[in-house]
Amino acid sequence: MHYLFEPGLFSSGPVRTALLVGAVVAVTSGVIGVFTVLRGQSFAGHSLADVATTGGSGAFLVGVNQFWGFLVAGVVAAALMEGIGVQRRRGRDVATGVVLGAALGLAALFLYLGTLRTATTGAAFTVLFGSIFVISPDTVPVLIASGAVALLVVAVLARVLLLTSVSPDLARARGVHVRLVGIVYLAALAVSVSLAAVAIGAVLSTALLIGPAATALRLTKSPVRAMAVSALAGLAATWLGIVGAYDSYYWPPHGHGWPVSFFVVVLVLAGYLLSYLRPRLRRPPRSPHEEAAECGPEAARV
Amino acid sequence: MITPQSSPPAAAPHAPRGDLLTLDGIGVRLGGRQVLCDVSFSLAKGEFTGIIGPNGAGKTTLLRVILGLIEPSGGRVLVDGTPLHNKNKSAIGYVPQKLVIDPDMPLRARDVVSLGLDGHKLGFAFPSRQRRELVLEALAGVGALAYADARVGELSGGEQQRVLIAHALISRPKLLLLDEPLANLDLRSEQEIVAVLGKLAREHEISVLLSAHDMNPLLGVMDKVVYVANGHAAAGPADEVVTSEGLTELYGHTVDVVRLHGRVLVVAGE
Repeated sequence: MHYLFEPGLFSSGPVRTALLVGAVVAVTSGVIGVFTVLRGQSFAGHSLADVATTGGSGAFLVGVNQFWGFLVAGVVAAALMEGIGVQRRRGRDVATGVVLGAALGLAALFLYLGTLRTATTGAAFTVLFGSIFVISPDTVPVLIASGAVALLVVAVLARVLLLTSVSPDLARARGVHVRLVGIVYLAALAVSVSLAAVAIGAVLSTALLIGPAATALRLTKSPVRAMAVSALAGLAATWLGIVGAYDSYYWPPHGHGWPVSFFVVVLVLAGYLLSYLRPRLRRPPRSPHEEAAECGPEAARV
Repeated sequence: MITPQSSPPAAAPHAPRGDLLTLDGIGVRLGGRQVLCDVSFSLAKGEFTGIIGPNGAGKTTLLRVILGLIEPSGGRVLVDGTPLHNKNKSAIGYVPQKLVIDPDMPLRARDVVSLGLDGHKLGFAFPSRQRRELVLEALAGVGALAYADARVGELSGGEQQRVLIAHALISRPKLLLLDEPLANLDLRSEQEIVAVLGKLAREHEISVLLSAHDMNPLLGVMDKVVYVANGHAAAGPADEVVTSEGLTELYGHTVDVVRLHGRVLVVAGE
């Protein structure tokens, strides 16, 4: 590689769009991902991604922008999940086997039919693995606005979400409508998954949602810092992924860039693995009697 | 030191000095089954009361009725003389049975206590010096300052109890409800938690109402017992309520109460 950044990187319109949309997606996913992990709803995030795949494929089949497909399917799925309680552990096995399998099967049908109609195989790839370099400029404001709304909703609910994650009963006793908060949060999660689906594909959106958050949880102790680190980690992975994908145009096979999603997912994984290099955050000393109970050198000295 | 009721009692001489909490003929049906029948008792300011009874007797249900989480099928709950509504909910501090927090969760003890101030509200909470000091004061009040920066999920059961008590106290409630705060604690933590609670009742005049399946750790600090068994409850001083005759009537079968070296043993009879 002759340059850190290949020539023409920042003068390319699609690249600038990708960097902008990528930033919105990374920050939204990073912040919402922290709450997803805190609430133990990674599974819900994954389910939404599967169902969003169906929505994106359906949108491709009928010739609508895929983001709307992701979004509508995601929000409908979120409402259904809240209704039948998929996020509860007991309902998970059945839901995974039956509903999510069916959703992906339906996506396969839609993509097949859509490919027959338009005779392009590219669409199947963009639904499943993202399309950040081919975002039409008129979609960009919609994506930014969606991300901003989702972030704002979560910011307004932040304290209530934290209290509920400490103890739902505690929140209920203080007058919080825990169920309503859960529904609104799930809707914000659906928006976030849809955005990530646009960037790195519906199938991989969970990586951007959970990966940076999981990394941040290893590195920080306070919720606010976790959100900041998660957003920055997601942003780094996404931007470096975009740069890498642009560079890869000059890699073998020459003249064909590698998928952005590949770079982003690898970087997310690398970040998570790197976080293990940092020694475990040490717990401050315990209360005096617990220290005294230890058979340390103090006893030997006496 | 936290002083949840810093104003001296003389500040409101004209106010009627009624009971802080009154349960009047409470009945609860859950899933078509009568769980509690005609439970009545009251709690005065600064009084320490234990809801005692075997597992499954309805202790948690009773606490949830007081918190307004379960609608009773009959009777009423009065807090400070008025039925429970969103306004006087802040008069009650609540410590739930146990936390289900992963050790990896980025929530420090100080974060949990801070949520006690306004965790139920929408919007942002900007950090301020005043908030920080209130949180540290609350943690110090229950002897939990040493682990203010530790993740709550990593704390031991007794340490989590202290953090939750600080969380409940930071909003300066008049009544503290605790659901089985002594469950799964080692003997030492148990004694320390009881001492913290006893001090709150005596020195700060907070009424403490806690549930426990064993009354012995509480004998030194408890003013009153609400003994729950078989869907019914008997309330009064431990010496009067926990007797062979009283519990036999409550359980509906023979029960022997044995007092041994200052400890109370409840034994099922023939």
